[in-house]
Amino acid sequence: MKLVIAIIKPFKLDEVREALTEIGVAGMTVSEVKGFGRQKGQTEIYRGAEYSTNMVPKIKIEIVCASDLADKVVESIQASANTGAIGDGKIFVLDVGQAVRIRTGETDETAL
Amino acid sequence: MNGTTDPGLMKGAMMNKTLKYVGVAGLGAALFASLPAWAQAAAPAPTVNKGDTAWMMTSTLLVLMMIVPGLALFYGGLTRAKNMLSTMTQIGAVACLAMLIWVMYGYTMAFGDGGNDFVSGFGKAFLAGITPDSTAATFTAGVAIPEYVFICFQMTFAAITIALVLGSVVERMKFSAVMVFGAVWLTIVYFPVAHMVWASGGLFFKMGALDFAGGTVVHINAGVSALVAALILGKRIGYPTERMAPHSLTMTGIGTGLLWVGWFGFNAGSALEANGSAALAMINTFVATAAAALAWMLVERANGHKGSALGFCSGIVAGLVAVTPAAGNSGPFGAIILGAVASVVCYYAVSFLKPKLGYDDALDAFGVHGVGGMIGAIGTGIVYAPTLGGPGKPDFNMGHQLIVQIEAVATTIVWAGVGTVIAIYVAKAVTGLRVSPEVEREGLDIGEHGERAYN
Repeated sequence: MKLVIAIIKPFKLDEVREALTEIGVAGMTVSEVKGFGRQKGQTEIYRGAEYSTNMVPKIKIEIVCASDLADKVVESIQASANTGAIGDGKIFVLDVGQAVRIRTGETDETAL
Repeated sequence: MNGTTDPGLMKGAMMNKTLKYVGVAGLGAALFASLPAWAQAAAPAPTVNKGDTAWMMTSTLLVLMMIVPGLALFYGGLTRAKNMLSTMTQIGAVACLAMLIWVMYGYTMAFGDGGNDFVSGFGKAFLAGITPDSTAATFTAGVAIPEYVFICFQMTFAAITIALVLGSVVERMKFSAVMVFGAVWLTIVYFPVAHMVWASGGLFFKMGALDFAGGTVVHINAGVSALVAALILGKRIGYPTERMAPHSLTMTGIGTGLLWVGWFGFNAGSALEANGSAALAMINTFVATAAAALAWMLVERANGHKGSALGFCSGIVAGLVAVTPAAGNSGPFGAIILGAVASVVCYYAVSFLKPKLGYDDALDAFGVHGVGGMIGAIGTGIVYAPTLGGPGKPDFNMGHQLIVQIEAVATTIVWAGVGTVIAIYVAKAVTGLRVSPEVEREGLDIGEHGERAYN
């Protein structure tokens, strides 16, 4: 099993979700996060008082899937979250040791 | 009103001017000395017009709406979320305090019988002798409004002025200190200055200063006092390095709208009648404000920034402040210029002057009300000119009027500054003045009131 973590632009969430549903991803966890990379923050000015915000709002998606599906998941996110501009985000893939469905006690891929 | 003075000039000067109490016992001869002949004769009782009375009651409530919720939301939105309730509560509570002090001894200090240049007599303490039949004169001979209505209208002015002062000291001043400061400040600053400007025996009134709706009494007074109070109180912890952005410009925008609407009661109500003078004040309160709102956004652009929502709101308030003394003392196009100029000057005051001098006027009570008030008060001496479309007589002497306006402004600045020093140190002696650093960091909502604005 693999854990795919994707940091994307917030407005791309629906497109990414639709693309992943099409290739058979059955669930995901989504968080609102802030961070920075090459995309710098913005400057806010209130009556002359300047504040630079160097953290940009992003969406973090976490998906656990069967190992053989992981490449397709990555491809699908890369295609659907892409705008071609700086700040589109990143995708990370990690190995997962174990998965358990709390309701039934099923384990690993049957629990996904 | 005064046979030796240009009646038009005096009309603007007095706004609430000469009160005439027919049928009320205990009239002071000194008060009558400045009244025209019609008032001295065993004249027929003045007519109380129902239309005027209804308009003045409406205006009074419009000014109340400027305080709660108008100013409370305007100021509250500009503070950090942890101080929202503190800001709103201080404004509401100090306004209530002003209302109670006003009927106890404030009204008589400002508008009672007798007295001198600086304060009236105490004959109307606790509203002694006033009945539903008592009347207060308007600007038209023989026309009056019920004195209770006049008392209420003026009461709201006292209440909003002390609330405006708080704009500079929010987020760090104790609630108890605000209340003590408010009581002392109203007594030694507001009531005397209101008397000086609007009562027939007052200093500025006799000088012939033009102040239609309170540019000196309300805005310069509040703005200068706010600056002095902030200097003594000191900066907020973390100012100016920590982020102190407004927590809700939406709230500030709602407050701005309520202030603008309410200001028609403030300005047009200051005509004391539902007539052409009120209509002039009304149109000026529209157009000066509109010009000021756009001027602020334009000057932002000229300085390389984006035209901002807060700039729009700030411009509206700056324009309203500037047109206050000029409301019935200017033509509409003079008011447009006055509003735009005040807006630009206020922009530089809050964006450049404040950071340069380093004082922490948290919500720019001085930068907008003080500076805008001075532009308005002095500018009124210009836009009053008939050649600029103002209501002045053809023989209007602008040079002389400007000197009078500047004298009134300078006197108000000194009076407010000295009085505020006294009031703040009294509050400090009684309450300690400032919350602890722990409370300031945690927020005054929890520390002073035991609540959070947002759960």
